[in-house]
Amino acid sequence: MRIRLRFTKTGKIRWTSHRDVARVWERVIRRVGLPVAYSQGFSPHPKLHFGLALSTGHESVAEFIDIDLDESSPRLPSAADLEALPLLISAALPIGLDVTGCATIAGNSTSLQQAVESCEWDVEIRGVEPAAAAGAVDRVLAADDLTITRQRKGKDVTDDVRPYVLALAVVGSTDGGTRVHAHLATQPRGLRVSELLALLDPTWDEGLVRRTAQWTLIDGARHEPLEGPVEATSTSHATARAS
Amino acid sequence: MTVWTDLEPLLAKVQKPARYIGCEDGVYTPDHHAGAASWLLAYPDTYEIGLPNQGLQILAEIINERPDGAAERTYAPWADLEALMRATELPLFSVDTHRAAGDFDILAFNLSAELTYTNLVNMVDLAGCPIRSVDRAACDLLIGAGGHCTYNPEPIADFLDFVVLGDGEEAVGDITAAVAAWKQDGKGDRLEILRTLAGIEGVYVPRLYDAVFADGMLVETVPNDPAAPPTIEKRTIADLGEWPYPKAQLVPLTEVVHDRLNVEVFRGCTRGCRFCQAGMITRPVRERPADQVRTMVSEGLKRTGYDEVALTSLSTADFSGIEQVVVDTVNDPDCGGQVSVSLPSLRVDAFTVGIAGEIQKARRTGLTFAPEAGTWRMRQVINKLIREEDLYAAVRSAYSQGWRRMKLYFLTGLPTETDEDTLGIATLARNCVAIGKEYHKNPSVTVSLGGFVPKPFTPFQWFGQNTREELSRKIYLLRDELRRDHAVKLKWHDPKATMAEGLVSRGDRRMAAVIEDVWRHGGTFQEWGEHFDLRLWQEALERAGLREEDFVYRHRTEDETLPWDHLSAGLHKDFLWQDWRDALAEVGLEDCRWTPCYDCGACTGYGIEHVVASAVPPAGGSQGTGQDLAVGGEVPVTLLPSRTGPPKAVPVGARS
Repeated sequence: MRIRLRFTKTGKIRWTSHRDVARVWERVIRRVGLPVAYSQGFSPHPKLHFGLALSTGHESVAEFIDIDLDESSPRLPSAADLEALPLLISAALPIGLDVTGCATIAGNSTSLQQAVESCEWDVEIRGVEPAAAAGAVDRVLAADDLTITRQRKGKDVTDDVRPYVLALAVVGSTDGGTRVHAHLATQPRGLRVSELLALLDPTWDEGLVRRTAQWTLIDGARHEPLEGPVEATSTSHATARAS
Repeated sequence: MTVWTDLEPLLAKVQKPARYIGCEDGVYTPDHHAGAASWLLAYPDTYEIGLPNQGLQILAEIINERPDGAAERTYAPWADLEALMRATELPLFSVDTHRAAGDFDILAFNLSAELTYTNLVNMVDLAGCPIRSVDRAACDLLIGAGGHCTYNPEPIADFLDFVVLGDGEEAVGDITAAVAAWKQDGKGDRLEILRTLAGIEGVYVPRLYDAVFADGMLVETVPNDPAAPPTIEKRTIADLGEWPYPKAQLVPLTEVVHDRLNVEVFRGCTRGCRFCQAGMITRPVRERPADQVRTMVSEGLKRTGYDEVALTSLSTADFSGIEQVVVDTVNDPDCGGQVSVSLPSLRVDAFTVGIAGEIQKARRTGLTFAPEAGTWRMRQVINKLIREEDLYAAVRSAYSQGWRRMKLYFLTGLPTETDEDTLGIATLARNCVAIGKEYHKNPSVTVSLGGFVPKPFTPFQWFGQNTREELSRKIYLLRDELRRDHAVKLKWHDPKATMAEGLVSRGDRRMAAVIEDVWRHGGTFQEWGEHFDLRLWQEALERAGLREEDFVYRHRTEDETLPWDHLSAGLHKDFLWQDWRDALAEVGLEDCRWTPCYDCGACTGYGIEHVVASAVPPAGGSQGTGQDLAVGGEVPVTLLPSRTGPPKAVPVGARS
């Protein structure tokens, strides 16, 4: 039995790393007594599957984790237990991490890292007027291609990242800065917020960044990872992913 | 007031920002009301090193339980954040509520390593407080310190307003009450609160004492105020069972050292290893009742979600009924069979390996033993009475049960040490490899060599430390000897840092100028190899007109006044002197837990006793003190019943 949880990471705790959060989850699951399945072998580990890493310092209201439960356990949660699970786990999580959704998914679902096709971001740019930011946004959107060089396995790789920019818009101002909404594709390599910012203007200062949504693509339609058909190996999904 | 809004923009620019956010499970949010003494408890090293410190957490809980106290924590900011803090004039802050240090009443340090002293000065300065006690006004922070290093607080006496000797559990309450009352009266005269503190048992107020020198030698340290007692006795809690702290151990969000539940099973040690300051100053042995240990383990695991617990003490295999506690823990049904137990500070014997085997069913990678010296003669001198047979039996037992790598800890620069003793380390290591070869193709033995630093309140407090050159010579002698033994790997501690540790371990008040000078020239984090800078210390000594040899290398005489003579760890000075003479005569001394008292002073002086559940020494555990039930391989180990459930790897450090 596999469950998928959606959780937030906001406030002071955004300064912890992806690895830190993973270790927090291992402890919290033991604390709430969720009967997690363990891997076999020399050094058994709880079977937790994390989604796309969130950079240290970024906030999110749309993080996901998949947890394999031990089917043979007498403590395997019922449907009612699952409904109560978000509150139960949130109470045990540190301040800033909160579970906001829970669903049962197929045990053989495609991993979050592969299934998620795009993420939406709320990006604060410090010390930049909305008008100036809008000019840079228009330039990026009007470009036919946007080549950047980045490191991959220690080698420089040049990519055209224009296809990754699904949407980009100035949405308002912040105290001394501009708020930009960005929708960025994550497959096959993705475009980081910091890379996007460098494309807009390498001198600009990143303020508060928050992931607001993650999307999977099923039959050409976007779904939140918690909803929609999650029979990941279905033909339709395989087709959608290939397209 | 919180400094968070000023701090947060800096966090994007520093390594490991999670060090500074607090947010741990169990984080303190005390009420700093007008009637409460506010403590900022500090560990003068990085968050990763300081967070697990149990002393700090025990005291914070005790203070926060009091209506007249409030406590938060702080750690040394790493150099990157420090630079940004100084550039933006951001003061030292607590990690709990990000309160500025200056808003507290007391900044108190846990001192467990002497080379952190420059960090202490740096943190006092970052707190916005004058670094020297005499320069502070009534409204400035009270700067305090406790921990093992404070048995010779003289090198940092000028920086401290008060020092606590011994167990802090009771003293911290007395200080809280005194400071809260002083605060309610409007914090009038600073000297008034210092005098009040000086009247509390176990509290030393350096400013109320004068260190008198003549011809470059310390003559005496005497009170300059009627409120100051001539001798300050350490505090000792009689019954550890009355102090089940920490009740809610902090669970950090980011990785720290010893990232696990820690339960202290006993305090004090009477093995009598003569180099070991901890064993001398924490006497007598006070065991925690086994049932309380079980409760603290079981409830702690449930509360924290940790899957590992360390049973801590100075020699955990000596805890009465250790096998049963271990087996109960690994088999606790509430923990789903996934709990691992780690036993730091283990003895060198087969009994110990038997316990380790029970809890480390899988992934038997490495075990650590600490014979400390290479020959039986040398081990008699230091009273670490491990016979070669004991070590070989332990090693054989470990290899035969699947372990492949042994780590052996040794000291060099010990009193009376000859090259034969040094080379004896190579012989021991080689023999261990030979035993390993009977069981494995490629066994390996790592020899870890530390330079010996004589510490106050040990029988070796009179001994002149080996020079940097002599320590280097011995290390290279051993390195050359082991050059062709590829199965033996040698690691060693930098003798230059050993010298600096010696300076501040047995120095007197003149050392404050040196510590301040090193700090002023950027010498923080001196216990970190990559930051240690001998040149800073040498130049500081020169500017102060002081010499390494006077403080570090010189043998001290029986009639010489020691900088810590006005302090007392309960130990009679003539007991320590006799033990020093016995050391030179290569005479061992039995563990007094199970034999008649030889009146070291730690019990008799304070009218307390050992609290030990078992009337007899543990099997095979007396290390040649004549109390052995059997020698070497014939240790009657009763192996524990096998446990069910999936195996779980356990790191076991068997450091004695």
